[in-house]
Amino acid sequence: MSLTLLQVIVSGLLLGAVYALFASGLTLIWGMMNVVNFAHGDFVMLAMYAAFVVWTAFGGGPAASVPIAAMLLATVGVLSYFLLVRHIMRGPMLAQILGTFGLALFLRYSAFWLFGSDFRTLPDTILGAPFEFWGLRVDAPRLLAGAIGLLVILGLHLILTRTSLGSKMLAVSEDAVAAQIVGIRPEYMQAAAWALAAGATGIAGALIATFFYTSPTVGETLAIIAFVTVSLGGFGSVPGALVAGLLIGVVESVSAYVIGPVYKDVIVYILFVLVLWFRPQGLMGKA
Amino acid sequence: MLWIGRAVLGVVVATALSAGAMAQQTVKIGAIYPLSGNAASAGNYSKAAIELGVDIVNNAHPDLKDLPLAATQGLPGLNGAKIEVVFADNQGTPAAGQNQALRLITEEKVVALLGAYQSGITVTASAMAERHGIPFVTPESVAANLTERGFKWFFRTTPVAGDIAKAYVEFLKQRKTAGAKVETVAIVNENTEYGTSIASVVKDEATKGGFNVALVIPYPANTTDVQPQVLQLKEKNPDVVVFVSYTSDAILYAKTMKDLNYKPAILIADNAGFNDPSFVKTSGALVEGLINRSSFAAGKPGSVSAIINDMFKKKTGVDLDDPSGRGLQGFLTLAEAINRAGSTDPAKIQAALRATDLKANQVVTGYNGVKFDEKGQNTLGSSLLTQMQGGAYVPVWPADKASGEIKLPYKGW
Repeated sequence: MSLTLLQVIVSGLLLGAVYALFASGLTLIWGMMNVVNFAHGDFVMLAMYAAFVVWTAFGGGPAASVPIAAMLLATVGVLSYFLLVRHIMRGPMLAQILGTFGLALFLRYSAFWLFGSDFRTLPDTILGAPFEFWGLRVDAPRLLAGAIGLLVILGLHLILTRTSLGSKMLAVSEDAVAAQIVGIRPEYMQAAAWALAAGATGIAGALIATFFYTSPTVGETLAIIAFVTVSLGGFGSVPGALVAGLLIGVVESVSAYVIGPVYKDVIVYILFVLVLWFRPQGLMGKA
Repeated sequence: MLWIGRAVLGVVVATALSAGAMAQQTVKIGAIYPLSGNAASAGNYSKAAIELGVDIVNNAHPDLKDLPLAATQGLPGLNGAKIEVVFADNQGTPAAGQNQALRLITEEKVVALLGAYQSGITVTASAMAERHGIPFVTPESVAANLTERGFKWFFRTTPVAGDIAKAYVEFLKQRKTAGAKVETVAIVNENTEYGTSIASVVKDEATKGGFNVALVIPYPANTTDVQPQVLQLKEKNPDVVVFVSYTSDAILYAKTMKDLNYKPAILIADNAGFNDPSFVKTSGALVEGLINRSSFAAGKPGSVSAIINDMFKKKTGVDLDDPSGRGLQGFLTLAEAINRAGSTDPAKIQAALRATDLKANQVVTGYNGVKFDEKGQNTLGSSLLTQMQGGAYVPVWPADKASGEIKLPYKGW
């Protein structure tokens, strides 16, 4: 295998880890509440602007912007739940789709109004120079995003499977009435799920901002791949999002390199359709 | 009840009359630009430049007396009528561009259209104008086929893809004669109308000029990742790389080339995204030595272009970039034609556009003037090459228009 191809695969893995991080918040909401959050990409956009503001206001890097963006987005998540989602969940499926889509447009055009249409970037030296090992170049911000992405996904998985909060959230998602009978308040658990998912999204956004441009429409650019990642990995499965994200990242990179960038999406979607053909529930989703 | 009916009728008649009177005083032009979507940054700078043009036409600017309509208030040919530009957002999609053209024509009743930045959107929006018999002026869309459609209502002030490609190849030939190793060329282009058109003419011209076009990499615009493209370039290692991209991708290329430590000896970037002020701000320091093309360059202090650049800087905080400068020229050309037509009748404006004959000193861009051929193409458009030096573009080629020395090889960051 040539060194360049190896570099392509490494780049693909780093890209995939980011896709996974990006998608984990989306899959959590989907799994917990059966709600598709179409505003997910715009949540990430908000977090990216938060990172940008933290840097311009007092020169803070990811160490400051990641926790701030996480807290900010957790708040936005809880507010979205109590002010919007809680109400539209009583309506038909279409109301849910249009409701979160409306939220997406609201956030996007608020960003146009607040920040203007200019593209912004954080200084590329914010985490130091790219480094090399065995002749492979690794960009520090991407590596950090990938590594923290893995930690966040692991953390979310542990919270869901090993803590009483996780069990309660799962109970509510499986049968809200039964959960209520045993003393769990569904609204609190659902609000907690939104806080958790949006908080993880905040971390993702603050990290992506270190190597990607920020603009009001950046969420739209990134969101499509997040939806593909979630459906490929299995609705609601956090480890599934990880596997699917890495898979998509590598397939995209290798096909763009070998066949051509114009065809990479075709290859990804063929893979997507094939997997869903044989496993409609996704790679790691429950049947 | 009768009095109510009369009162209502009275109000309606009064409104209609005053609307009629208003119509005498303002001439409505529609402008379709990407005000949201991924090219919004570039689109909003174009909008600011056209607003500056409206100010120049509607108010007296004696210091710009060489420019038609600048010294006077409004359009003298229409009893001093003011121009009003109605902006519409094409959202970066050809479908939205077409819908907005239709809305501006049928609902806003504009007398002419301007736009639409992206060539792929100018295709659909101008088709709508053609159908309704409304003049459409594109100040910045360069795709070759736009003026090859046999349209009667379509005019283009900017130089076209073929001229631009010739300029690049001529420049490369001179480098070769000067002793630089310039043999292989790679082209990386976004795959909508604009990128495809530029890539194909650059490829043809370069091949004709004796260069080996070793690699053409079309990629989907507005992509999430460009690492594979950069790695492919790095592996093939051509002497010259030509990028054709909008802003979002331009920023990713600049960042990724640094991440992967890739520098070709000569890097040419074709305008568009690389001229967006927000590209220059975010990524200018990563692409030192990049060669670009331009038609607008702020000249010596006191010159028309320098005064206009100052006005733009006062309004937006950034220097007037080339696509926005060409946008301004498109608007001024249209305004001058409407004034000469002395009418808001689209057919008379079309006839006046056909008869346009602006001299080099009457334009804000570096064109030799504006004069349309039978296809609606400006035959006097011209481009010069600029180079990114210390965070700003400096005209470097051809020698008679240069204000700085060419510094090669490409330095990057």
